[in-house]
Amino acid sequence: MRPSRRDLLKLLGASAAAGVMPRPSRAQANADIYDIGRSGNVRLLHMTDTHGQTVPVHFREPSVNIGMGEARGRPPHLVGAAFLEHFGIAPGTAQAHAFTYLDFAEAAHRYGKMGGYAHLATLIARLRAEAGPANTLLLDGGDSWQGSWTAHRTQGLGMVQLSNLLGVDAMTSHFEMTYGEEKFRANLKAFKGTYIAQNVFLTDEAAFNGAEALDPDSGRVFEPYIIREVGGHRVAVIGQCFPYQPIAHPRRFVPDWTFGIREAEMQKVVDKLRGAERADAVVLLSHNGMDVDLKLASRVRGIDIILGGHTHDGVPQPITVANPGGRTLVANGGSNGKFLGVVDLDVGKGRVNGIRYTLAPVFSNLLPADPAMAAQVAALRQPDAAALDEKLASAGELLYRRGNVAGTMDQVLCDAMMQELNAQIALSPGFRWGPSVLPGEAITMDLVYAHTAITYPDVYVQEMTGAAIKTIMEDVCDNLFNPDPYVQQGGDMVRMGGLDYACTPGGSMGNRITELTLTDGTKLDAAKTYRVAGWASVNLPQGGRPVWDVVATYLRGQGEVRPRRPAGVKLNGVDGNPGYAA
Amino acid sequence: MHPRADHHPPAIHTRRAATRLLALLGVAGFVGTARAAAPGWPEEAFKQTSEADAIKALYGKSAATSDKITLEVPEIAENGAVVPVSVSSSLADVTAISILVPGNPLTLAASYTLPAGTLPSIGCRLKMAKTSNVIALVEAGGKLYSTSKEVKVTLGGCGG
Repeated sequence: MRPSRRDLLKLLGASAAAGVMPRPSRAQANADIYDIGRSGNVRLLHMTDTHGQTVPVHFREPSVNIGMGEARGRPPHLVGAAFLEHFGIAPGTAQAHAFTYLDFAEAAHRYGKMGGYAHLATLIARLRAEAGPANTLLLDGGDSWQGSWTAHRTQGLGMVQLSNLLGVDAMTSHFEMTYGEEKFRANLKAFKGTYIAQNVFLTDEAAFNGAEALDPDSGRVFEPYIIREVGGHRVAVIGQCFPYQPIAHPRRFVPDWTFGIREAEMQKVVDKLRGAERADAVVLLSHNGMDVDLKLASRVRGIDIILGGHTHDGVPQPITVANPGGRTLVANGGSNGKFLGVVDLDVGKGRVNGIRYTLAPVFSNLLPADPAMAAQVAALRQPDAAALDEKLASAGELLYRRGNVAGTMDQVLCDAMMQELNAQIALSPGFRWGPSVLPGEAITMDLVYAHTAITYPDVYVQEMTGAAIKTIMEDVCDNLFNPDPYVQQGGDMVRMGGLDYACTPGGSMGNRITELTLTDGTKLDAAKTYRVAGWASVNLPQGGRPVWDVVATYLRGQGEVRPRRPAGVKLNGVDGNPGYAA
Repeated sequence: MHPRADHHPPAIHTRRAATRLLALLGVAGFVGTARAAAPGWPEEAFKQTSEADAIKALYGKSAATSDKITLEVPEIAENGAVVPVSVSSSLADVTAISILVPGNPLTLAASYTLPAGTLPSIGCRLKMAKTSNVIALVEAGGKLYSTSKEVKVTLGGCGG
């Protein structure tokens, strides 16, 4: 069932716009949602975390996105009805579908797929033309060059070509670096925009050995910012790449570089921009994740707005954060090409007088495909089109990934590893990318890659003690629920196959995971050894089969696939939490 | 390292890697005097296993929290075996800087004695087995001051 354009327009009643400046009133019911209108004198377009999804997808937003402590009930830690209520979005509308998991499969049929580079290109071209190309910057928050077979086969280069076609002016990164320094640098050479990251420095050893750096004295590796004359004003954009690159991924990809949030460096960069560089507006293009950005905004002075990504939070309105220098808006632009952030700045001399922010959902049915981009996407997929289109199985229920502790697609991956590798327990990383499959839809090879295409994909089987398994789970859980956002890495909980447990997000490190129980009902024994399968190990050498092969083999024998059993994760202390929907 | 050759190097006391500490990298490439050659080596202080005992053995007095000490550590260690730590201070008349890691088997990680006129700024790298506070102690004008930050040591992986 495809929605008509008229249906969509009718259903898109509520405006997505928000921010400091009031938006002009306009006719509601039949308005074109992309008729955003000019405001201010500088327009920033913000895309982030497309994860290589070149064609439109379904992507279910989480029903479990828990905030604890200060973050409880505060965006982005709102789901479902609580989310809609907070942002004033009417239930049952296209906006409600874009931003929440509610009635996902049904609404997905009604409103169609979202994102896709050809549709994104059309929207970008339109919004750029509206504001005037000379008054517009296109910013990419990173995680665009990884996440699909197209991205992986070309080791990022195919995605660079698409970025160039979109006309990205500046970008920062995360998974882009997992191709290794050499390929990353080659991709940057092919990239026509400017790569920016203020938080990457040479390690002492690399500096001593004369490794390549932008500034050998400080060891700074990349341009920390760009300044552009836009609309007659100096607009500065600082880059902040993912701060925990060598911790969340194998260190070997970028052995010469050291990262971190580097708040003190950030303040120095902002001060320089506000001082010697005479910037009229200072924007931070961040891959910190939203909770980290919220803390940073409360401590660093002089940033007008943070355009964030990483945690994949589609947040309709930015949050205003007070700090000793004034206030900073914090936005997060969602993932998988579902949204485009439209930031209209009224920039004056040395200051921003107003900001209007709109997070526009990219409905592929409302935006005709840009022919040049569509051709380029098709050319990139063409060499493997037959393999990518192979229908391995069909979805017996909605298969999705995103959620703090479990996703049905991840349970299928765990089932595949347990069966194919003859393991009692399986572990699968809590990545936040990976499109959803509606009930009855085919699970294609393309879709399997879209959940697994990383540069360290090989499966392993290890004998592990119950105590070691619990240690891993506690460690990952602390990266998710530690009360200090600066030590949260932005991923979700490791997915467990063959092992049920209870989790207390508000607990302390080492004390959150309890009631570990095997499928047969026996308790996990700390001293006993179990046969455990997994993939995406940051420490083990690669040398097994890529996980996508293992999953494809499993799926080909399934016909209609659903998780063998629901993820048995009991959450304690989250009753009434607006980030939790049972 | 950031050379500061225009200042006197501080004298450095340190234990060896065998005590779970990585060898200190001295400021400005001046490697600390070897233990045997260092008069006043605080033998007892380096044996202590608690914050209070280490401070008592080193200075015999308690420390007051100060916002005039800058302690730079990573929020999460990229490698627990080499955690970069630097300490500087805007306090007047600094005579010593020490670093404590209560989560390590032996608490005192490094202790620097600064001759008069030395820029109070030191940097080194420590081995940390697990998540712990890192405490910077600064002796200035005969009084003791401190500040601390937690450094998380994680298994890594599973990032999104």
